[in-house]
Amino acid sequence: MDEQKIKEISPDEILIETVDLHSAGYRLVAISCTGKDGVELSYSFDKDYDFIHLRVNMDYDTEIESITPIYGYAFLYENEIKELFGVKIKNIIADFHDKLYRISEEAPFKEKEEE
Amino acid sequence: MGKRTVVPFGPQHPVLPEPIHLDLVLEDEKVIEAIPQIGYVHRGLEKLVDKKDFKQFTYVSERICGICSFMHGAGYCMSVESIMGIEVPERAVFLRTIWAELSRIHSHLLWLGLTADAFGFESLFMHTWRLREQVLDLFEQTTGGRLIFSVCDIGGVRKDITPEMLDKIVSVVTNMDKELRDVTSVFLNDSTVKHRTVGIGLLSKEKALELGAVGPMAKASGIRRDMRTQGYCAYKYLEFEPITAEEGDSYARMQVRIGEIFQAIDLIKQCIEKLPEGDIITKIKGNPKGEHFTRVEQPRGEALYYVKANGTKFLDRFRVRTPTFANVPALLEILKDCDLADVPILILTIDPCISCTER
Amino acid sequence: MSFNKKSPWILHYDATSCNGCDIEVLASLTPLYDVERFGVVNTGDPRHADILLITGSVNGQSIPVIKQLYEQMPDPKAVVAVGICATSGGIFADCYNVEGGVDKVLPVDVYVPGCAARPQSIIDGILKACDILEEKQKALKGR
Repeated sequence: MDEQKIKEISPDEILIETVDLHSAGYRLVAISCTGKDGVELSYSFDKDYDFIHLRVNMDYDTEIESITPIYGYAFLYENEIKELFGVKIKNIIADFHDKLYRISEEAPFKEKEEE
Repeated sequence: MGKRTVVPFGPQHPVLPEPIHLDLVLEDEKVIEAIPQIGYVHRGLEKLVDKKDFKQFTYVSERICGICSFMHGAGYCMSVESIMGIEVPERAVFLRTIWAELSRIHSHLLWLGLTADAFGFESLFMHTWRLREQVLDLFEQTTGGRLIFSVCDIGGVRKDITPEMLDKIVSVVTNMDKELRDVTSVFLNDSTVKHRTVGIGLLSKEKALELGAVGPMAKASGIRRDMRTQGYCAYKYLEFEPITAEEGDSYARMQVRIGEIFQAIDLIKQCIEKLPEGDIITKIKGNPKGEHFTRVEQPRGEALYYVKANGTKFLDRFRVRTPTFANVPALLEILKDCDLADVPILILTIDPCISCTER
Repeated sequence: MSFNKKSPWILHYDATSCNGCDIEVLASLTPLYDVERFGVVNTGDPRHADILLITGSVNGQSIPVIKQLYEQMPDPKAVVAVGICATSGGIFADCYNVEGGVDKVLPVDVYVPGCAARPQSIIDGILKACDILEEKQKALKGR
């Protein structure tokens, strides 16, 4: 069973932490997002089965840097999160501008305010 | 330099059982770039956690994909079990492994058939699918369903396999082994197949690492990574070595998948030999609270399940990162500089599962 | 005497299916179930097809594709909705990106139940569609 190693970081530390992991030879496994009570992003990395996660907690108004300059293939994850959760991610290389899935509803996973 | 043309590929295309759209930028016959357009199968099932409780969600997770259905169900159940600290009975763990490996055989045979069809080898397609039916019959006899059989549940499995049935499974897979050697030798030795696959769609080891490829896609490029070696389910009791190849072309990927079929047959036999007696399901109490990342090795590669629970019946979040999603960047890479005529084969070579990818 | 009934060509399209029904559609073409014994041929070209098999419910993106495929098919034509998702949306009916069954977009002639639909019932559905094709052919001639 995979051990759960979660490291909490702040939104502006994401690039520094990712560069470290990249130079240590880690592979990006996935970026996951939870939209309840603000945004919770989990960046999962793996190297020889060593499985670690970077956890960013922020609100919907905060902008976070894209990690595509470091891990190019993160563009799919980031475009997905941007479109489905309405999270602000800036400087994505290959930005689909919310047109990856082209769904009719806007940011369905984003917690809507009660009307 | 020739004139650039954009050829739309898909969503409806004879070799694609599922819709995906690619804009192929061509210069004469060469593909310069491929731009993916997905979303034809996007349902948004992860959002269903708000409407179905965590027990009902087992059924939803099995319907992420009809091919790797069992493993999706098992991956979800394993995540919830880890959160709730449930000890799954040993027998259930072994039974899950048997079904998982049978699924691997059926998935790889399905892929081989579709590949044969893409070459234009229709009778070879029919032969592989005829063999595949034997696996589906085993599913039907043990669980009642052919593809989506809802046998995995949180805490264990719903159905036991009788000793007579276990003997039958052994005899069926043993016979299948012989027949498979005939059929797969065509894939591995036929000159036409070699012509279409050897050296086509090269993915070097460095590129595979750089693009985060998983499963047979990575294994065929010499990356020895298989989540089963981490010993989830009953794999910790079984002896096996991940199957790899060095060349990184379409032929190597085929070799890896064919190797995995025979490996799965061996694993099933080992499981049945070591199958312990006992209960098959633990009763669960209460609701889950916490979060867990689980990884399993599906036929197409590593899949990640993330479950976050808040102590109520309804989960906060369920997320699945399927192997095809991770292999899309590698697909775009191998499509560069290929011939237009090779595009269907190259798309098939990653064993795409679009409904997994888009969920 | 209808030629269509003796040898209908089918076109399969996956709207938002989970693959389960798709591969059962293919499985019904392979030796064990062999729908080809009824003269059915699977085609990839809508302009050759008489029967449209749709698996899965429809979403915003697949609606125009399905409509286009249907319009490209020559008359007479029949539509078979394979599986519970194609019928009503099934387990995914509550999803945000699922509009519902195929009948929201196209006139469906035959509904095939099941999740995943079994090859036997898919064959049944295709044969029912053959009869409908013949009726439609007669109606066309009568005009």
